[in-house]
Amino acid sequence: MSVVADDIVRIATVDKARGYWATVFRRLSRDKVAVVCASIILLIALAAILAPYLGLASPYTGSMIRRLRWIGTPGYPLGTDELGRDMVARLIYGGRLSLFLGLAPVVLAFLIGTTLGVMAGYLGGFVNQAIMRVVDVFYAFPSVLLAIAISGALGAGIVNSIVSLTIVFIPPVVRVSESVTTSVRSLDFVDAARASGAGPLTIMRVHVLGNVLGPIFVYSTSLISVCMILASGLSFLGLGTKPPEPEWGLMLNTLRTAIYVNPWVAALPGAMIFIVSICFNLLSDGMRSAMDVRA
Amino acid sequence: MSEPDVLAPAADVGGPQQPLLEVRAMSKHFPVRGGFLGRAGVVRAVDDVSFSVDKGEVLGIVGESGCGKSTTARLVIGLIQPDAGSIILDGEKLGAALSLRDLRRRVQMVFQDSYASLNPRLTIEASIAFGPIIHGISSSEARERAHDLLRKVGLDPATFADRYPHELSGGQRQRVNIARALALSPRLVLLDEAVSALDKSVEAQVLNLLIDLKQDLGLTYVFISHDLNVVRFISDRVLVMYLGEVVETGPVEALWQDARHPYTRALLAAMPSLDPDNRTKEAPIAGDPPNPINPPSGCRFHTRCAFAESVCSERSPALFATGNDRHTAACHMVDPASGHSKAGQSFARELQNA
Repeated sequence: MSVVADDIVRIATVDKARGYWATVFRRLSRDKVAVVCASIILLIALAAILAPYLGLASPYTGSMIRRLRWIGTPGYPLGTDELGRDMVARLIYGGRLSLFLGLAPVVLAFLIGTTLGVMAGYLGGFVNQAIMRVVDVFYAFPSVLLAIAISGALGAGIVNSIVSLTIVFIPPVVRVSESVTTSVRSLDFVDAARASGAGPLTIMRVHVLGNVLGPIFVYSTSLISVCMILASGLSFLGLGTKPPEPEWGLMLNTLRTAIYVNPWVAALPGAMIFIVSICFNLLSDGMRSAMDVRA
Repeated sequence: MSEPDVLAPAADVGGPQQPLLEVRAMSKHFPVRGGFLGRAGVVRAVDDVSFSVDKGEVLGIVGESGCGKSTTARLVIGLIQPDAGSIILDGEKLGAALSLRDLRRRVQMVFQDSYASLNPRLTIEASIAFGPIIHGISSSEARERAHDLLRKVGLDPATFADRYPHELSGGQRQRVNIARALALSPRLVLLDEAVSALDKSVEAQVLNLLIDLKQDLGLTYVFISHDLNVVRFISDRVLVMYLGEVVETGPVEALWQDARHPYTRALLAAMPSLDPDNRTKEAPIAGDPPNPINPPSGCRFHTRCAFAESVCSERSPALFATGNDRHTAACHMVDPASGHSKAGQSFARELQNA
């Protein structure tokens, strides 16, 4: 009996000792939708990363006599594009750039936006006004228009489209982090930390960041899908990647001409964008509820 | 290693006769924005407040909500900047001989909301160790100190050190807050409604803990509460505030037996009686306190006072010694030279006959 009791006590203590993020992860792993979405994203990402080792056909070499084969053609399970290149290889290789272009601007905007937003929210006063009014200026433009304008001004290219998309996503992240920080700042534990003699940087790092990162992180995850679509849009307009580089948005653009010849193959890059975006959105929804740990 | 031990209690400077804390003529006015034309006025949250706290005593501060009790505490610990006045800790003036950082090591505060005053993402241990760490204590030493303090406030470190605030009950959390306040070995602890949110049995436990800690560690408390029974239980002296001003101050028993200010009388009379034969029949003062944006002229209480005369709306009464030891009241009836018709009369009898 006492052995069992000891075990129960030990299990209970182990459970208590778990940190916040471990709890979030445990709750997330019980959410079926989130798990499925995470698996799909992981699968696509792994395939894209490991593409050279999957024994795929070259995504660059085509054949004039095998153009626009239907889905299910022997040897070409997903058909071929308008230059006779294997769609399976194009889609998997395309995932490398598309995922990168979807993630990199959001990660950069998350880092920059959180820093600015937490500073604006915690320091208040003049700093807040300076940061938030500048952000408002960027916010006034529709995001698509802003991305196109900046990309157009900087010129086409992957780096430039990352820069322009980062600029597009900083304002919403700053807004969210500023408002979360303002609500945390008024809590007594921040006053208690100030009363202990801690400086603003220490308080932001120890007491504010831990409490605001969750909501900002969830919000940023939901931006990934938007970012992927915008990046695809830039490529579609010729402002992002250039042919023959495989990228879902660009592929959608070049296959557009074949939509009456072979609509199913032409729709495939769009389907990939759709699947990945919706998975990121559902995953961020799942994280939002998993993070809502209130005893 | 000549580094002074920052966790040792600060040495006494002026001897037992010198008050530990002296607040002189402190004011804080908050600007209020209203309408579309900008400033509509100022809230006189704390207006020309002076008081002192002796070493080892408990000063209770009472008053209705919105009277400036909490603002006073936040001013003393420097969470908000006073517009005027000075704070003197054991003879050292803040801003001159005493830096804000040093003041915050010697004065600590316990807040009312036990949940909001603990960081939900930090373990209990980390919350308590935070103060010592930022004052340069190594993290292992700070951890040890946190465990010591947990034991002092009656929580077993083995069980509680690694827990998060939401896993604790309200009473346990308030004990943690007390431990956190003690982590820097303060001399003065401001208890801002520290037990008000607890249920009665837990409240009693925490009050007893506070009394024990005060004796063990030689602490001085400023105890802010709206609960008069609790204030009477724990305080040596009491300060009554009304609309940002001190209206009466004195030893707790003197105040309870012989309150001189009509507001203090009314507050005491408003306490529900535990004796069914001696029920409080009607509210002794009617209405809400006036708007602090435009406080009444003269004595701020005259709009609700049963003894108000013309002099009360014309001149503001200063704190006047009642003759009793350290018992002062800001009422024209206490000052024989004020011109009030009841001035100088035995006020207690007057009130009883009224």
